[in-house]
Amino acid sequence: MIGMVAIQPQRSNWQLPPAMSDTAAPVDSTYSFIFWFSVVFTVLITGLMIRFLVKYRRREGVKAEPTGHFNRLEIAWTVLPTLFIGVLFHVGFSAYIRNATAAEGATEIRVRGKKWNWEFEYPSGDRVPGELTLEKGRPYKLILSSEDVLHSFFVPEFRLKRDAVPGQYSFITFTPTVAGNAQVLCAEFCGTSHSAMLASVKVLEPNDYQEFVKTLGKCTGTPEECRPEKWGESLFVKNACPTCHGAGGSGMLAGSKTPGPKLAGIYNTMQPLATGTSVMADENYLRESILRPNAKIVAGYNTVQMPAFVLKDDQLDAIIAYLKSLK
Amino acid sequence: MAAITTSPDHVHGHENVDPNVSYLEASKGIGNWLVTLDHKRIGVMYLISVAIAFALGGVFALLVRAELFTQGKTLMDANTYNKMFSLHGVVMVFLFIIPSIPAALGNIMLPIQLGTKDVAFPRLNLLSLYVYVFGACFGVYSMINGGVDTGWTFYTPYSSSDPAHGGIGSASSVIPMTLAAFIMGFSSILTGVNFIATVHKMRAPGLTWRRLTLFTWALYATSIIQVLATPVLAITLLLLTMERFLGLGIFDPRLGGDPVLYQHFFWFYSHPAVYIMIVPGMGVVSEIIATFSRREPVGYMAIAVSSLGLALLGFLVWGHHLFVAGMSEYATMVFSALTFLVAIPSGVKVFNWVATLYKGSISLQSPMLWALSFLFLFTIGGLTGLFLGMLAVDVHLHDTYFVVAHFHYVMVGGTVMGFMGGLHYWWPKFTGKMYAEGPARLGWFVVFVGFNLTFLVQFVLGSRGMPRRYYDYLPQYELLHQISTVGSWVLGLGFLIVGVNLLQSLSKGKPAPRNPWGSAALEWMTPTPPPLYNFVRDPVLTRGQYDYHLASDDELYDGFDDPMFPSRRGHLAEGKAHG
Repeated sequence: MIGMVAIQPQRSNWQLPPAMSDTAAPVDSTYSFIFWFSVVFTVLITGLMIRFLVKYRRREGVKAEPTGHFNRLEIAWTVLPTLFIGVLFHVGFSAYIRNATAAEGATEIRVRGKKWNWEFEYPSGDRVPGELTLEKGRPYKLILSSEDVLHSFFVPEFRLKRDAVPGQYSFITFTPTVAGNAQVLCAEFCGTSHSAMLASVKVLEPNDYQEFVKTLGKCTGTPEECRPEKWGESLFVKNACPTCHGAGGSGMLAGSKTPGPKLAGIYNTMQPLATGTSVMADENYLRESILRPNAKIVAGYNTVQMPAFVLKDDQLDAIIAYLKSLK
Repeated sequence: MAAITTSPDHVHGHENVDPNVSYLEASKGIGNWLVTLDHKRIGVMYLISVAIAFALGGVFALLVRAELFTQGKTLMDANTYNKMFSLHGVVMVFLFIIPSIPAALGNIMLPIQLGTKDVAFPRLNLLSLYVYVFGACFGVYSMINGGVDTGWTFYTPYSSSDPAHGGIGSASSVIPMTLAAFIMGFSSILTGVNFIATVHKMRAPGLTWRRLTLFTWALYATSIIQVLATPVLAITLLLLTMERFLGLGIFDPRLGGDPVLYQHFFWFYSHPAVYIMIVPGMGVVSEIIATFSRREPVGYMAIAVSSLGLALLGFLVWGHHLFVAGMSEYATMVFSALTFLVAIPSGVKVFNWVATLYKGSISLQSPMLWALSFLFLFTIGGLTGLFLGMLAVDVHLHDTYFVVAHFHYVMVGGTVMGFMGGLHYWWPKFTGKMYAEGPARLGWFVVFVGFNLTFLVQFVLGSRGMPRRYYDYLPQYELLHQISTVGSWVLGLGFLIVGVNLLQSLSKGKPAPRNPWGSAALEWMTPTPPPLYNFVRDPVLTRGQYDYHLASDDELYDGFDDPMFPSRRGHLAEGKAHG
């Protein structure tokens, strides 16, 4: 069994989510420093303001004192903040550089953002959508890229964020320190289902991780769960297909029409294409539509761009079996 | 009017103009208003335009908050929500906040504060208004045509890659909306040029640079930014349009472009634009605090120079919007250091304002309440900016609700509070009517409570990891979202009270006296509402505009009706009897 990770008690407070990597502590101490710095100044400024409002409220017969020159005061409240911001810059920058530097021998994982899911490619070449599994204590370097528009890879529990930019690579380095679950969110607006572009992170103990590696790319459930239609269904969900095709390929999500066409019941029917011709939705058409989605576009969907998916043959077979089972 | 205006040898009347007739009564009919060259009328028309834009942007904001009241779908689908927050941003930034203080209040007050008849180029001023309206028409066309779903930032390649031409981006009405911003940019540039020329060439005799009001200094600094930065936005949006329409590869990597280049271009304008928005608000607040403390602002030159300092520094910090977008560590370090420098002039202003209260004679009438809440909210907005300047913390907070809360504390807590303060402060002068003080204070209170309820929780949402521009969210964020949404209703109610009260004063308000606040500044030395050419006689300044100790009682107490200063009413009546 893998993935059986007990949620451990993690340091968390009302302002910050639990901390689960080595990169979190420097951010949290910096955050706490600037938070208390700000509290002190807010109280000081507001306190003085209120005191003056009360003490110098307008009274009969009391005139305002004409303003003089306070050169020393002016210099003091210009120079002192300059020193303060020097300290703030230093604190923020050192923590940033510490987190931006990769550990020696970090394991590289490719992260691809595409509308609207995350795909993770392990050193073995296996691609897993929607779920990033990591080993506790192992240093990682994530290589981010995007297949379409801008995305941003954000894991609050790691205090890390970096844009995935089409046409270039960007990097995130960290070492998970706590076993448990974390959340990947897309932080750069990327269209209709931006807020559904989520993925989960599982940090496993080293033993559990060894078990996980053995099963990469294979079906990991019970024999019943690994029947082609059942496995296909779980792959359909993990690849975020419902985001654009609806739950069960119904073409509907939360009462609205999805960006992609309905898939339930299309098997072995003629599908009208944007080019004006039609195509029989057989196994080969379904396979082509997953691997090269823009080869034949269904009529009415030529402004929707589905990303290409890279899957192993048995995974493809399972998804096609599932699509055939949908009525 | 002895100390501040003219001696007889400076009198030369304005031909064919009766100085006893106010600019509102000088000519009647909507036709006369539409072709007027009078800066006050142009300012009032700007005011009406930005008020409509504010109401529209506010409705979009309320819809955004309402949708977020519950997880999942509450009112609308994802595409509609994405359009709502985009239109909220576009309308509030380009149609409301940028022209709000400079083009509306600035147009009305700047020439009067300079003791002159009008701006340097009155025809250009009218043209600015029409260019703005023309641009706004494109914006309205885009909205009718389905609106935009790109956010107000129009990031590429989402905005520039049109699915209709095989692209991978937004299918919404992007080109008309970018053209709207492009065209309105010219309005902004023309107003800027006009104001710079007016401040340099049109000052009244005796009105030296050291005697300019701090509002004038702020408008001057703002105008410099408008003239220098806006062309960059125009070029950027034009390039975006060419990429989307003609497939010219500039920003889209599929066409050989670089999407990060767009962000550099965009923020090279849009960061200085933040100072176009906030610096005029700071100017208004300086005026109000001086008047209601009856004291020259402490560090007058420091406040004036810090406006120029902000204008300059504003051009050097655009990179802090790109800390996680793919800049080198070296560039990131430089931009972080430069960003912190902004804290110095901002801090100097806040310290000087607080020090102005010290040993003043403070009255808490409604304009002052807005100004003081500016002080409090801008302090929070500014300090939370330091969080975002600290690199390590920014990596976590970037593009979360923390950023949303931060800039709303600066833009609404700062600029809108300043705008509302200025509106209440100068309303009697340019409408000739006093609004009811009770509802004005109530409106302020409801806005203040609603604003903090809406946005304070958003800091926590953001630091806990809630990204911005999200149609749906994880269950742990629901409670804070609900508090924020309830806050938005309170905030909306507050602005409604303020609006109704001001509009009611036009029909029911008492006639405003010449100087209802007892201010020593020049605009309060001319009749209320001012005549067509602003002054009965050309003013000559023999003292500074904040020199309360040099101003005569006649200057200060003509119409001064301070409920906290009852004995002055007797003085007034006495004065009237003598006059």
